[in-house]
Amino acid sequence: MADIEQVNSPNTAPDVRGREADEPRASLIARFDTPLKLDAGVELAPVQIAYNTYGTLNADRSNAVLVCHALTGDHHAASDNPVTGKGGWWETLIGPGKPIDTDRYFIISSNVLGSCMGTTGPASTNPATGQPWGLSFPVITIRDMVRAQAMLLDHLGIDTLFAVVGGSMGGMQVLQWASSYPERVFAALPIACATRHSAQNIAFHEVGRQAIMADPDWRGGRYLLDGSNPRRGLAVARMGAHITYLSDAALHRKFGRKYQDRATPTFSFDADFQVESYLRHQGSSFVERFDANSYLYLTRAMDYFDLAADCGGVLANAFKDTPTRFCVISFTSDWLFPTPDSRATVHALNAGGARVSFAEIVTDKGHDAFLLDEPELFAIVRGFLEGAGKARGLAAAQPREAR
Amino acid sequence: MLSRLKRDLTMADVARGAGGSRIDLLVVSTMVEPGSRVLDVGCGDGELLRLLTDTREADGRGIELSREGVNECVAKGLAVIQGDADTDLADYPDDAFDYVILSQTLQATRNPRAVLEHMLRIGRHAIVSFPNFGHWKIRLKLLFEGQMPQTDNLPYAWWESPNIHFCTIKDFQSLCLVTGAKIRRAVALDPWGRPLQLNAPWWFWNLFGEQAVFLLSRKD
Repeated sequence: MADIEQVNSPNTAPDVRGREADEPRASLIARFDTPLKLDAGVELAPVQIAYNTYGTLNADRSNAVLVCHALTGDHHAASDNPVTGKGGWWETLIGPGKPIDTDRYFIISSNVLGSCMGTTGPASTNPATGQPWGLSFPVITIRDMVRAQAMLLDHLGIDTLFAVVGGSMGGMQVLQWASSYPERVFAALPIACATRHSAQNIAFHEVGRQAIMADPDWRGGRYLLDGSNPRRGLAVARMGAHITYLSDAALHRKFGRKYQDRATPTFSFDADFQVESYLRHQGSSFVERFDANSYLYLTRAMDYFDLAADCGGVLANAFKDTPTRFCVISFTSDWLFPTPDSRATVHALNAGGARVSFAEIVTDKGHDAFLLDEPELFAIVRGFLEGAGKARGLAAAQPREAR
Repeated sequence: MLSRLKRDLTMADVARGAGGSRIDLLVVSTMVEPGSRVLDVGCGDGELLRLLTDTREADGRGIELSREGVNECVAKGLAVIQGDADTDLADYPDDAFDYVILSQTLQATRNPRAVLEHMLRIGRHAIVSFPNFGHWKIRLKLLFEGQMPQTDNLPYAWWESPNIHFCTIKDFQSLCLVTGAKIRRAVALDPWGRPLQLNAPWWFWNLFGEQAVFLLSRKD
């Protein structure tokens, strides 16, 4: 059982975080000297992108699938994460014979711009100063992340993606991809996301950011230089956010009002309840792997996301006459990106004349359902990709027994 | 309830043509030009969409109210969204499809006229199939039993029936008249799914057709 006090003990040296940002382990790395033009009106150079690939690119280069990760995710989608020592975050979906089949598709998973796992972000060293970027890193957007991914694909010589797949912030990238580069995306699978971040979601993010900035160890964003870490602030931000990823029903099912290792309440502010202990653990394990400034930048990027605003206020214009085929998926108990958000996306796609499927999956697991064992999600992702693969002329999946 | 999963056509379900497809769906499919863009409203488990894709090389999309139906279709690789004919057709642009199909669903919509008008706005053609409430069996039940008819095909008690807007073949012709729809083709099917004689008069169809399929277009 972890608690906030334990969280504060510095058992991860700040330079370790910086090292993962500059020299990520178990990763492929692409470096670009050509400046990346950002929405903020500035240019960023040089840019480093950490990524992993799974499967084999076919001779036509027509079977590439880009997997986009969520806010605190990384490029270790289907391979062991060197930071946590755990398996990839989407091993439920990606692998041989799995819905995103590594026997059929060439899967690219890259760390987003602004993150701290190996792609340039505030924890990376700014070569001009030899110091971490910190708050001198420009504010980035979802579109900037997608621009960086497009740069990576150019580097890999992949013109058109067979599919772009992602949940939550990853889903936003999928929608941005389809809007920015429709001719480069054959099929798009945005899961548990929206075409714009809602006021409520911006509000939640602001609470998280304020928690980080209120931590004296944040030191105006210069904590990496000072050898400190705003652990308490970042842990509180994560605890708050984590609640939004679950659902009342899931929390009730998992914890109810059960006490943690005790029969009666202690009449103190100790973590009496299991749910408190669980959240504290979520917070403390998060600070071991994530950079506080990255959290600020990435939540900001999500807040700024509004596809309609980029298209004269008319969402349908974002997808006008798009050649991309879409499969939009939502979950009944997701209150962070509720089904009406996905429905609005579908309406805009229909109005734009897009070929779109939309499925709502019944689950009580909340927003995080896209990362969990949801057989219906797997069946739909598999079916959609197989249908699209047929239309794309990809070889059909061979039955696994036959090989 | 707008779903072909719980369809009323138990007889037609039994009556299957070549390839095991439902006869009424085969009739619908013959009305679709090959290579067309098709929207199937209330597409159920996607049987018609599959048939149109396989036999007419159609670019098919579907709308289905039931979640199970939608998820089953998407998992089969069909482009289907969860939605309601009464509310969601309004979101589609004009002339988006060559054919908009409403199969065995019209009688379950809240506003059949608006639905038909939207179909003819979204598509160049509309294909509508529906159970004929003028069939002699139904007339006799009402005449002799004095109660809302319950048949093998329409098994619901009146208070739980999803079918809130029944019509006869003649009634449907009236709807075509008021909506300005032009009848291009019409077929009436007997209880075994066999088409009635083409040259039979309308009153004969209205009496002996258990269901009807209409191909409509906008008046030019």
